[in-house]
Amino acid sequence: MTSEEKKQGWKSLPIGAAVLEPGSSLKYKTGDWRAFKPVVDKEKCINCFFCWIYCPDAALVRKEEGIEINYDYCKGCGICAKECPKEAIKMVEAQK
Amino acid sequence: MTVVGMTGDEAVAYAVKQSKVDIVAAYPITPQTIMVERFSKYVADGEVQTEYVCVESEHSAMSACVGASLTGARVFTATSSQGLALMHEMLYIASGLRCPIVMGVANRALSAPINIHGDHSDMMGSRDSGWIQIYAENGQEAYDWTVMAFKIAEDLKVQLPVSVNLDGFIITHCVEGVDTLEDAAVNQFLQTRKPLFMLDPDKPITLGALCFTDYYFEFKRQQVEAMQNVGEVLDKACKEYKGVANRNYSVLETFGMEDAEAAIICLGSTAGTAREVARKLRAEGKKVGVVKLWLYRPFPTEEINATFRHVKALAVFDRAISFGAPYGALCSDVVSALHTLAEKPKIFNVIFGLGGRDIKPSDIEAVFNEALETARTGVVKEETMFVGVRE
Repeated sequence: MTSEEKKQGWKSLPIGAAVLEPGSSLKYKTGDWRAFKPVVDKEKCINCFFCWIYCPDAALVRKEEGIEINYDYCKGCGICAKECPKEAIKMVEAQK
Repeated sequence: MTVVGMTGDEAVAYAVKQSKVDIVAAYPITPQTIMVERFSKYVADGEVQTEYVCVESEHSAMSACVGASLTGARVFTATSSQGLALMHEMLYIASGLRCPIVMGVANRALSAPINIHGDHSDMMGSRDSGWIQIYAENGQEAYDWTVMAFKIAEDLKVQLPVSVNLDGFIITHCVEGVDTLEDAAVNQFLQTRKPLFMLDPDKPITLGALCFTDYYFEFKRQQVEAMQNVGEVLDKACKEYKGVANRNYSVLETFGMEDAEAAIICLGSTAGTAREVARKLRAEGKKVGVVKLWLYRPFPTEEINATFRHVKALAVFDRAISFGAPYGALCSDVVSALHTLAEKPKIFNVIFGLGGRDIKPSDIEAVFNEALETARTGVVKEETMFVGVRE
């Protein structure tokens, strides 16, 4: 869970780590696991969408105007940068 | 009530039949085999409505049980020795996901060398898995505790899995008269399981989700609390069961402890032999007593302290070795429990019966005499006695 959210103690949490609300994984912003951040160079990008195909977390979003990265969920694995045939994605050490 | 001649394994299978279990997923292994054989016959003959899941291993058996239990079903499985070892990973998942599964365990030695006979190495190896552990002395107790186990496991204050342990062959294969209850009496005692929540497509929930540094600890703390609630829930179940079966159960049973100076504490079938020896020695004027521990996990510290407070010497019988530890598992627990008392007995450990080695009345008499000597002198000669092993 995100750090700003107040965490419940053992007395109030549902037993056995049950998650009683469907779809709650959307609230779990895994972007803060990231050490390196992918940055797309739009000049080099040819809109082949290899990055979109390979992203294991569906953190790359296919838009009409080209690829977009959802930094809320991108864990910074670097697969997109590795697979990009034009080396249009760079992994940069950056603030989350 | 009807007294039926049956083996310990059959007694467990019969109790499960009467407990109206929804799902059984199990894999046969000596000496547990008859439990699943009998039960699968009940299924084949249409005597029960249970879904019997044939699995290819004990790992799968427990996995299937976990899934079934999470749907809100009443679930039973059974295993022994290597099978329990293969289940080890899933034992923690059953307790961690708070699945009130009941499991019959025919206690058997672990390989190597391979052996099929009774000792407690298997369940003692799983003692930190978060399962409630109950040990039966005979077929009757195995039957009674199996019925009660569902009630204890499924109580919302507990919601933990329970293992009902029977000494391999000594209890599992010995035919005894078992006083069984009428189906109606069991149904009245054990109503349909009412889970706190369950898998339901109309009300989706997630079970078994990832928990990192930020939440994992809280769920382990909940398990501690559930274990602490067992005493109260078990006590209530035992009282209610007495009303149905007219048999007394508790966390432990004592013999001669009102004035005992030297005592033995043990689990399972050994208690019967120990009581018989104690009866003979008491007739000779020797102040000896026996404590049979029914509930090993959670460990009933308070009751242990109250029972042994004024005893001078105590021999703790372990039918398993904890290699490299100061004592066997039971002895370590007894020593830990008693350490807060100002006045406490001199304690020594007796390791015995490994791989099904017989524990004879003469062996137990020798231990009692050693304990009486310790009570007299206040000196423990040997911290650990290996009884029945050739030098």
